[in-house]
Amino acid sequence: MSFFLGVVSSGVATGAAFALVATGFVVIHRVTRVVNFAQGVFSVVAGMLCAALLTLGLPHFLAEVVAILAAIAAGFGVGLVAIGRRGTPPLASLIITLGVGVLSYAVVILLWGDGPVSFSMLQGQVDVGGVTMLWQYVLIVAATAVTFGALMLFFNLTYVGKALTACYSNPHAARLVGIDVRRMGLLAFAIGGGLGGLAGVLLTPLQPVEFDSDVSIAINGFAAAIFGGLLRPGTALVGGLVLGVAEALVSGYSRYASLQSGVALVLILGIMVYQAGRRPEGAE
Amino acid sequence: MILEVRELVVRYGQATALDGVSLEVGEGEMVALVGPNGAGKTTLLNTISGLIRPASGSIRTAGRVVQVPEGRQLFGDMTVEDNLRLGAWRVRDRNLSHIYELFPPLSEMRRRRAYTLSGGEQQMVAVGRALMGGPQLLAVDELSLGLAPLVVQNLAEHVVRLNRESGMAVLLVEQNARLALDICARAYVLEAGRLAMAGQSAELRRSPAVQAAYLGGAVGEGEAVRAPATSPRTAGGGEGGGTAP
Ligand SMILES: Nc1ncnc2c1ncn2[C@@H]1O[C@H](COP(=O)(O)OP(=O)(O)O)[C@@H](O)[C@H]1O
Ligand SMILES: [Mg+2]
Repeated sequence: MSFFLGVVSSGVATGAAFALVATGFVVIHRVTRVVNFAQGVFSVVAGMLCAALLTLGLPHFLAEVVAILAAIAAGFGVGLVAIGRRGTPPLASLIITLGVGVLSYAVVILLWGDGPVSFSMLQGQVDVGGVTMLWQYVLIVAATAVTFGALMLFFNLTYVGKALTACYSNPHAARLVGIDVRRMGLLAFAIGGGLGGLAGVLLTPLQPVEFDSDVSIAINGFAAAIFGGLLRPGTALVGGLVLGVAEALVSGYSRYASLQSGVALVLILGIMVYQAGRRPEGAE
Repeated sequence: MILEVRELVVRYGQATALDGVSLEVGEGEMVALVGPNGAGKTTLLNTISGLIRPASGSIRTAGRVVQVPEGRQLFGDMTVEDNLRLGAWRVRDRNLSHIYELFPPLSEMRRRRAYTLSGGEQQMVAVGRALMGGPQLLAVDELSLGLAPLVVQNLAEHVVRLNRESGMAVLLVEQNARLALDICARAYVLEAGRLAMAGQSAELRRSPAVQAAYLGGAVGEGEAVRAPATSPRTAGGGEGGGTAP
């Protein structure tokens, strides 16, 4: 029983981080209609940079904050190349983000080498209702909860948040009222970068990152995101948690821990086939 | 002049949508732009609004121009209040009370999502949203599109009152020429991207060509407002405006 709960708690923690990545996909897709395949890069960059800063002697928290700020800047930069030119069709932007992802390998390897990188997690564990949870898990869950709360407030209560929603709801009308849809898209990319970066600094102590870890991170985030059709952050949160727990159970109870990475892909295929069968009636 | 358009040429790829169009609107004036479907009326408004770059010609404005787009184009899945507030994106003042005074029914619907409103109510939101942008010139694209005659009449009266009371100029694009000529002092007739006629509404109404093409023969006495002859176009959002979930 306690093994089961331990597996679930680790699944919830990684799932929460997937949900952050997923929300990055969702925020960018909602505002720009671009599926940002460079979403995993933000986590890799933040994780690697954070490790490097810690090695240089920066204290925890400060290192994480700087790494997340760098990820925000990276998000903005990816946005600039992906949607910076007026009238770039979303499909072209998508290809550009794929290219940026591959290009990032060169940059990451030049800066930090091609080996796995990690850093120490929050030490110790805590007893939550009979389940011992690593403090790192608690940290991930708490950071995710706070982030989702902040995003909800931002999108539902602030004027800029509503303008972002307006860009998704009706881009033509958004332009007519004077909203600079392209600038809003860049803002969305920056937010997506920050979310990916946060996931990166939270996950790296649990799963060391390499230059090409962006693929598995992006696949997990994407699988969680398409739970809500790439449009609903709330559903992406549920998707992330389900996926995290499912993967933890597969690696905890099967003889082949590496099967875990297949879970997200199976999920993606399942959801896509299901949605493809549904599309004709309920056009999004 | 609040708006001066000179020799405007607009192309979509190879196709020329506007071919040397010149048009003026004076301060506090109400001007109609009529013409058949596909004449280039919406293209002209969108070019004036800065959404389309002209191939040549010039547009000079002396004040803010805000457009009420064809098919209303609301933020369908957002509330009425959010729609109105977003209209004020360019300006500081987000106080909605004058809009609710103008359209009292909207104040009871402020929490409803825009796509759940009737066509007439949606058009009120579209006009209200444009007014939130503090226009000196309100450019209305197909006010009457898809709406019942009484609803159109009510909306038209509101627009006329705004013009009279606040001196806001209006450029009214209409396929319903009878309505447009009734409430605007001056009018332009656009056909296939060129100005076919221009002048005082009273003169145009007497012109046999206008009567034959746009007024369905003789002018019906006392019939101020008529439903549009063509069926509403659904392009770009249609009834709901925006993307309803
Ligand atoms: N986005 C577009 N791309 C290509 N052609 C367009 C576009 N919008 C309008 N047109 C064409 O330009 C012409 C004028 O259209 P429009 O301005 O919508 O006319 P109106 O508003 O008078 O009905 C039409 O022939 C139409 O097919
Ligand atoms: Mg039109």
